[in-house]
Amino acid sequence: MLTAILVMTGIALVLGAALGFAAIFFKVEGDPLVDNIDAILPQTQCGQCGFPGCRPYAEAIANGEADINQCPPGGEEGIRHLADLLGREFKPLDEEHGVEKPKSVAVIDEQTCIGCTLCIQACPVDAIVGAAKQMHTIVEAECTGCELCIAPCPVDCITMEPLKETVKTWKWKYPVIQIKDVA
Amino acid sequence: MIAGLFRFKGGIKPETHKNASAGSPIQIAPLPKQLIVPLRQSPRATAECIVVPGQKVLKGERIGLPDSPLSTAVHAPTSGTVVEITPHAMAHASGLQTRCVVIEPDGDERWIDRPTLDYASASPKEALAWLRDHGIVGLGGATFPSHIKAGVDGGIETLILNGAECEPWITCDDRLMRERADGIVAGALILKHLTGAREIVFGVEDNKPQAIEALRTAIHGLSGDITVIPVPSLYPAGGEKQLIRVLTGVEIPHGKLGGDFGVQCFNVGTAYAVNRAINHGEPLVSRVMTVTGNVDKPGNFEVLIGTPVEALLALGQPKPDTGRILMGGPMMGFELPRLDVPATKATNCLIATSPTLFPPPPPEMNCIRCGACAVVCPAELQPFELYWFSRARNFGKAQEYHLFDCIECGCCSYVCPSQIRLVDYYRFAKGEIWAREREKSAADAARERFEFRNERQAREKREKAEKLAAKAAATKAKLAAAPTDAPAAVATDTPAGPDDAKRALIAAALERAKAQKAAVEPKNTDALTPEQAAQVAEADARRAAQAAPDTAADAPESN
Repeated sequence: MLTAILVMTGIALVLGAALGFAAIFFKVEGDPLVDNIDAILPQTQCGQCGFPGCRPYAEAIANGEADINQCPPGGEEGIRHLADLLGREFKPLDEEHGVEKPKSVAVIDEQTCIGCTLCIQACPVDAIVGAAKQMHTIVEAECTGCELCIAPCPVDCITMEPLKETVKTWKWKYPVIQIKDVA
Repeated sequence: MIAGLFRFKGGIKPETHKNASAGSPIQIAPLPKQLIVPLRQSPRATAECIVVPGQKVLKGERIGLPDSPLSTAVHAPTSGTVVEITPHAMAHASGLQTRCVVIEPDGDERWIDRPTLDYASASPKEALAWLRDHGIVGLGGATFPSHIKAGVDGGIETLILNGAECEPWITCDDRLMRERADGIVAGALILKHLTGAREIVFGVEDNKPQAIEALRTAIHGLSGDITVIPVPSLYPAGGEKQLIRVLTGVEIPHGKLGGDFGVQCFNVGTAYAVNRAINHGEPLVSRVMTVTGNVDKPGNFEVLIGTPVEALLALGQPKPDTGRILMGGPMMGFELPRLDVPATKATNCLIATSPTLFPPPPPEMNCIRCGACAVVCPAELQPFELYWFSRARNFGKAQEYHLFDCIECGCCSYVCPSQIRLVDYYRFAKGEIWAREREKSAADAARERFEFRNERQAREKREKAEKLAAKAAATKAKLAAAPTDAPAAVATDTPAGPDDAKRALIAAALERAKAQKAAVEPKNTDALTPEQAAQVAEADARRAAQAAPDTAADAPESN
């Protein structure tokens, strides 16, 4: 009887110590779920989801405070990925937050720009170059197309232009199977 | 020395159609009205334009400088005038535009100075830079820069010269080997020197006996380990990995290159171009192309890079029922969306199609899981699985099944009893995967920039607060040290209290402002001409006269 109790206590102590060490040595910093969700989001930082940036939205999804269908730039495919990751049902995009648009970049009409720097302050990824009373311009390669610079512009000189296909972005289309010749 | 031949798995034996053009010697293509030289050479590299419209250029003059490690120089294919530098449609399945230098030939074909390089005494670095500056790229179709391939640091045992030319219809390498074998062998010796290889092996498909004979004559009497090996005609024996397998028995695994196993492979056309560049000082401005298919006079032509396809096609005299035009072979080539595109360094063949030669593909049917595609796949993949995954857009799974080891040779589509164009699905899937990778890296960059911006804003806020605090502390300390001067005057009519420090601060600031105002003087009245001084004086007098009645009018009211 005593031996049994001692053996059980011994095992309990050893396992407890092992678990304790594991908790210290293999501690995960932060919430990996948030990182995984954040990796799916398109990082436009546009705030259309109602949160100030992609990461806060990822945190809200992880905490169950937001739904997975609030990100228009991510589109249907983004929602599908999120649904896969979280094991939820796919839902169509919530139109309250916007609609999926073709990928665009902002373009400043340099004739109209007065150099007020308001758009520079609004840009979440520092993609606008310029200084007070100097013409501004947008670094196309860095622009995420979030449209946050459009509203602050006092002279409405910023427009969104869909990205044109170049040789670098061109891809073979999905093969279309012709079943019957159409006259 | 190679004892026997090996074989690669799979492969097909399509009708070769090589007799159409194999008998026609290489002719020099006439100068076109305009040459359109693309600055983009491959998906990997473009050149930086160094000419301006209106500039006269000589044949072989550099018009584009390499701007990245994988880029090579671009040269004027003939002497003439640069008309414009403009986006122009390029030889690509998309028909999209790229920046091109348009040159109007003057008809003289005047060469620029052509110094040669004594490669035996030059350092390898110098020789490789020479190749890059002479625009030498692989002419087998991939246009990979030769200076990169030849510049692998040692470890190369065998240098393979690829003269297999396994695709149907194409005969340009065949003719080159028959007619210019000496130049090819000279180029091969240079490449051997550069790579440090021990032996040279020419791999030529056995359906080109004259080419094999010509090469054997050319190597006759040469010292060193150099052989010409006829390889069985089996498509795609000319694929790099397949030819290495056949000649050396080495199977290059996933993610590795021939160089990792001591084997380096160059096209015979590349070797010829290397010889021209080093022994004759000529940059790569022309190449041999086959014009064949539904044409009256199929043939092989030495064509200047930048010659429009229309002009080339006209040399072969297409028959009236000609339909689509293919660039490259029928297996791996692509249909040209338009005909004003220029020929590039990668263009080895133009095929005019007709409904009889290339009947329209019958409608696709369902995959019956027969496995015929897996039997012929030279990359030893499971094409049907790749097809299912690509079709279902299950790209992760397609990659797991090594989609990117697919060389798009088209064997699977060729044998498919359901006429499924499998390669189209693979191309689609590859494109989608690349697009996703681009999006992913763009998103990562955006996240990084966003986080950096947030951090910067926080830091700026913190620094500003710290600076303000430090300044306030400094002023406070100063006032505490000298509390009796100016503030005393202000403090006379206010009761002393906790506001004192603040008042003192305000007073000090006012004092400073006053001093500053006194210090500032008009700066533009220093060096005046007498007339200007007179004008200023006049204006001052006018102003004083104006002010005087005002004060006079104000005076009674104020009283």
